[in-house]
Amino acid sequence: MEKITTHTGVGVPLRRSNVDTDQIIPAVYLKRVTRTGFEDALFAAWRGDPTFVLNQEAYKNGSVLVAGPDFGTGSSREHAVWALKDYGFRVVLASRFADIFRGNSGKQGLVAGVVAQEDVELLWKILETKPGTEVTVDLEHRTVHADDVTVPFQIDDYTRWRLMEGLDDIGLTLQNEADITAFEATREAWRPKTLPAKHLPSVPVEPARPVS
Amino acid sequence: MAGTLAEKVWEAHLVRRGTDGSPDLLYIDLHLVHEVTSPQAFEGLRLAGRQVRRPDLTIATEDHNTPTLDIDLPIADLTSRTQIDTLRNNAREFGVRIHSLGDADQGIVHQVGPQLGLTMPGLTVVCGDSHTSTHGAFGALAFGIGTSEVEHVLATQTLPLAPFKTMAITVNGQLPPGTTSKDIILAIIAKIGTGGGQGYVLEYRGEAIRNLSMEARMTVCNMSIEAGARAGMIAPDETTFEYLKGRPHAPEGEDWDAAVEYWKTLRSDDDAVFDAEVVLEASDLEPFVTWGTNPGQGLPLSANVPVPAEIADENERVAAERALEYMGLEGGTPLREIKVDTVFIGSCTNGRIEDLRSVAKVVKGRKKADDVRVLVVPASARVRIQAEAEGLDVIFKEFGAEWRNAGCSMCLGMNPDQLAPGERSASTSNRNFEGRQGKGGRTHLVSPLVAAATAVRGTLSSVADLDLPGEVDLTTFDGSPLAPLETPSFV
Repeated sequence: MEKITTHTGVGVPLRRSNVDTDQIIPAVYLKRVTRTGFEDALFAAWRGDPTFVLNQEAYKNGSVLVAGPDFGTGSSREHAVWALKDYGFRVVLASRFADIFRGNSGKQGLVAGVVAQEDVELLWKILETKPGTEVTVDLEHRTVHADDVTVPFQIDDYTRWRLMEGLDDIGLTLQNEADITAFEATREAWRPKTLPAKHLPSVPVEPARPVS
Repeated sequence: MAGTLAEKVWEAHLVRRGTDGSPDLLYIDLHLVHEVTSPQAFEGLRLAGRQVRRPDLTIATEDHNTPTLDIDLPIADLTSRTQIDTLRNNAREFGVRIHSLGDADQGIVHQVGPQLGLTMPGLTVVCGDSHTSTHGAFGALAFGIGTSEVEHVLATQTLPLAPFKTMAITVNGQLPPGTTSKDIILAIIAKIGTGGGQGYVLEYRGEAIRNLSMEARMTVCNMSIEAGARAGMIAPDETTFEYLKGRPHAPEGEDWDAAVEYWKTLRSDDDAVFDAEVVLEASDLEPFVTWGTNPGQGLPLSANVPVPAEIADENERVAAERALEYMGLEGGTPLREIKVDTVFIGSCTNGRIEDLRSVAKVVKGRKKADDVRVLVVPASARVRIQAEAEGLDVIFKEFGAEWRNAGCSMCLGMNPDQLAPGERSASTSNRNFEGRQGKGGRTHLVSPLVAAATAVRGTLSSVADLDLPGEVDLTTFDGSPLAPLETPSFV
């Protein structure tokens, strides 16, 4: 994972609350088996609307999304984070995030910073009155700077550290291999195992047919 | 020290406690896998030269993409077929058990775990699907994870997790006739909002919860995520043990006795402190329906569509205006006058045998409303087999409904089961987001009983709106457990 300490890029005001993951990337795009190439799927339903913010020249190349509260609610699809990143976003700011989305962001190097709603309103005003304004997000100091305004944002220490160091989670966990093996030795016999597989008797499943 | 149910399960899985703000490392007992959120995780393992650490704690099934018609033919949608093939190849390569389309144990991952007896009290259960909260109905700590975490669990059987807060949701009293556990959870979400549970594990308790069957409890826990909570739990009790006993993977003999002894300790201590508490009176509940585009935008069926101008909070007012525009609704319209095009009965929320039985009770001997399409999609192939053994399929077909094969289907429209633009559904599923059931589709979330009554009348309705013939036993609509599953016949 790439290290991030500061990021500067065009801010995009998204004046909507409850932007759920079906809006970020509709399910129809989830059928791919790759991890990249989702840029066309981002906000797919809204991209057809010429007034949508990303269809305006000044915001097209944005990389800092400033959204309404409860961003990323709904499904656990990490594709939402991939789509944002593939489009070019490196930072999303909102006053509240869905837990799973925030977790997914941290693992993929997308900064999900929590900004007070009044500061979100302030940033929206700047970005709307001066389209194309660049926003600087400083992970070291946990600040967002745009125009002549600097506001704080929150991010938990651990995620911040991993983002700044660009660390891979699995590698970190495998440093505790001995602890995992020791824990496994203490697991009770009643805890289930999927293998060897146990079943009820196998029965043929009749295919349903279209109703004429 | 006194603890909550969630804290007890968490503590029992601590591989390593985090220090200096780093997260705890938790052991994962059961990892459920499906085709949509796993391909990139397996690819990650392959690239790093890693193996699946515990194939014996992992199980895969095909559900999100699978068609519900002609399942013996090649999948017509090429990208869906590729995704299914990718899962099959990954399962073979990494030695993971898989239940593929056409197999009697195939179905929605959140039905497959419980019906095989793999989901149990006191486990940690994860899956790359946010409705993994379903398994919390057994007193397991169960939550959805993203693809990076799927890869992490495959490689290490653990997850680094930051501690959560706990919220007690107490539902007192008894459900009125015609209301179900779906109405309980829709009312909770309307009360605390789609973000109300963020950062919390919810614990549902109280008389109304205790009286629910396992399947009804799964419906409640399933939609915890719709209130923003990653997990929802219910303390295990005799209902739980009864459901589990004799299932294929349930412990046997001494293991069963040891397990039950432990499971009985899995309850929040009387003096445990929750970070937040919410109380509801079941007797106040009515059948609930959503009118907007998030699951928190719900009201009792007897209410009218809200008038945005009357909403004080600006964010909520703007959200309501947008939602009504998308939904094609006028503020002030009685919810009961809303006409639907499609009724969808299914999903990991309400596609289980009890749901199908309660729908069958309502529609038996009737004809669906003209111009309404009714889809009945069992949550798993075993549920379908069980329903057919009980003759429910015949009731549905005579009613005019389509009786399909198992899968996620129209809940999220990844397969051909979709709403057309502008089409309106009454759906027993879990999300009414814009475009969720098909681009431009409009979704009203409802209970199976409301879905059934709506299919009869063509407008959003409750069973109380039907002139039910005398021989239908209304006592089964009081929210109390329906007849238990006849194990081990099939399901």
